[in-house]
Amino acid sequence: MIDSKKIKKDFPIFDSNPGLVYLDSTATSLKPHSVINKISEYYSKYSSNIFRGVYRISERATEEFEETREVVAKFIGAKSREEIVFTRNTTESINLVAYSLGRQVMREGDEILTTVMEHHSNFVPWQVLTSETGAIFKILDINDDGYLIGDLDRIITNKTKILALTYVSNVLSTINPVKEIIAKAKAINPEIITVVDAAQAVPHMEINVLDLDCDFLVFSSHKMLGPTGVGVLWGKYELLDRMFPFMYGGEMISEVYLDQTKFKKPPHKFEAGTPAIAEVIALKEAIKYLNRIGLQNIRAHEEDVVKYAIDRLGKAFGDKIRIIGPKDLNTRGGIIAFNFEDYHAHDVASILDEDNIAVRAGNHCAMPLHKKLGIAASLRASYYIYNGKEDVDILVSGLKKVQKLL
Amino acid sequence: MTIYTEIILDHFENPRNRGFIVNSTKSCHVSNPLCGDKINMAIKVDKEKVADIKFEGAGCAISTAAASMLTEYVKGRKVADLKKLNQKSMIKLLGIELGVNRIKCALLPLEALHKLI
Ligand SMILES: Cc1ncc(COP(=O)(O)O)c(C=O)c1O
Repeated sequence: MIDSKKIKKDFPIFDSNPGLVYLDSTATSLKPHSVINKISEYYSKYSSNIFRGVYRISERATEEFEETREVVAKFIGAKSREEIVFTRNTTESINLVAYSLGRQVMREGDEILTTVMEHHSNFVPWQVLTSETGAIFKILDINDDGYLIGDLDRIITNKTKILALTYVSNVLSTINPVKEIIAKAKAINPEIITVVDAAQAVPHMEINVLDLDCDFLVFSSHKMLGPTGVGVLWGKYELLDRMFPFMYGGEMISEVYLDQTKFKKPPHKFEAGTPAIAEVIALKEAIKYLNRIGLQNIRAHEEDVVKYAIDRLGKAFGDKIRIIGPKDLNTRGGIIAFNFEDYHAHDVASILDEDNIAVRAGNHCAMPLHKKLGIAASLRASYYIYNGKEDVDILVSGLKKVQKLL
Repeated sequence: MTIYTEIILDHFENPRNRGFIVNSTKSCHVSNPLCGDKINMAIKVDKEKVADIKFEGAGCAISTAAASMLTEYVKGRKVADLKKLNQKSMIKLLGIELGVNRIKCALLPLEALHKLI
C-alpha cells in the first residue's frame, strides 16, 4: 500500500508550501526531487546539444536522451525505441498525427470518429481536419452514467479512416474499454487507424500498446511526475515510416541538396530542431519513480482514496453535491468532477484556495462535454500518489466553509 | 485575506440595479465562455448623464457583486467621466485584491459598461 505522507517528502513543493492540498494533478502533476535534480544535473554537468558534438559531454547528453526513449518504450510495451517520438505535449502529438497522417489519408466523404468526452486537444484537430478535407466528423455520445454509447456496427463504416478516443476522461473520470472498442472497430474496418489519448491513463495505470492493439498512443510527461515541455507520440513503425514529416529543418534530415532533401527514418524524422533536452532526460527519472512504486499500487491507491472521497462527500453533503461520471469505481480513475449546490465553480475554488486547497474550476478544456451535461462549468478534485484520505477530509471541511459563507 | 468580504457578499446576495430598462438608450451582452458567466446590461442616458442602468445575468459572486457595485457607482454620473474607468478603478471600487485569473470576473461588468458608453 502507498503511504502518501511518506511520498509527500519526495516532493519539495510541500516544503515551500506547507499545508498545500494539491488536488489538480489532472492539470499537471507535482515533481519529485529525482526529476528536478536530473534537470540540474544536465545543465551543470553535461549541458550541450545532442547528436551534433563529437566531444564527450555531447555524447553523454545524447546517451542520456536516447536512454529515455528506451525507458519510455519499455514503460508502455512498445516493440522498439524507434517508435517513440518526442513532442512538446499530448496536444502536439495529436496535431502531429492529424497533420502528417491525416492529410495523407483523408479524402472527401471519409469519416473521423471521436467522442463527446474528449479534451479539446483530441477534438479540435480532427474537427479542423474534417472541415479542411471535406470529411465527415462523427461523435460518439455518452449516457447519464458517463459511459460511451452507440452501435459501432452502424457508426463505423469502411469510410471511417480514423478513430480518436481518450483512454480516461479528464472530467468524467471514465476509463473507457479502449481495447474492446479498438478490436470491434478493426473487426468492422480493418483499415481504421486508431489514436488513443492516454494523457490521463499513462500516469495512473499499466499500459501496453501491443495489448491495446492501437496504432498511436499519446501522453504528456508533465502529468506523470516529469518535466513540462515533453510529450510522447508512440506509433506503429510502419505508419510512422510512411507519414509525411511534421516540421522541416535540422536534426530530421539525412542529406540536403540544392534541389531536394532526404529525411531521416522515424523517430528522428519527426524531431526537427533542438528538443527539450533536459526535460526529456529527466522524464526517465519520473518513469523510474513510478516503476519503483508500481503502477498497480498507484491504481489501487487512487481507487481507495476516490472511494473514500465519494463516500465522505456523499455523507457530508447528500444531494447538494452532484458527482459527475460513473458510479462503479472499477471504471473510474482518480478524478472527481462535481457541482456543489448552485454555487459558482469559481467561487468555490477561490474559497478553497483561501485554505490552501487547489482544485480546478471551469470546463476543463471539454466544452462539448459540459454542453452535453447541461452545465457551464464544474469543480474538479483529482487524486494522485501524494494525496491521502487526510486531503479528502480537508476538502470536506473547506466545502463546509463555502456553504457557510455563500 | 479573503476576497469574500461582507460588502462583496452583500452585493452578491442582494444585487442592486438588477432588472431591465424598458426604454433604454442602449443595451448589450457580454460573456466569459470559460466559466459561463453572462451579463446583459442596459443604460438610459439623459442630458449626458446616466439616468438609469440595470443588469441581468448569471455569474459568480465576484462578477455579480462587481456589476452591482459598478452600476450603483455610475448612476447619476456624467457619461464622459465614465470612459476613464479601468481595471484599477474596479479594484478600488471592490476593495479586494484579485489575482490574474479572478480579475476577469470583476472586469466583465466593466466591459459591458464600456460597450454602452
Ligand atoms: C485527456 C487529456 N488529453 C489531452 C490533454 C492535453 O495535454 P497537454 O496540455 O499536455 O497537451 C489533457 C490535459 O489536460 C488531457 O487531460
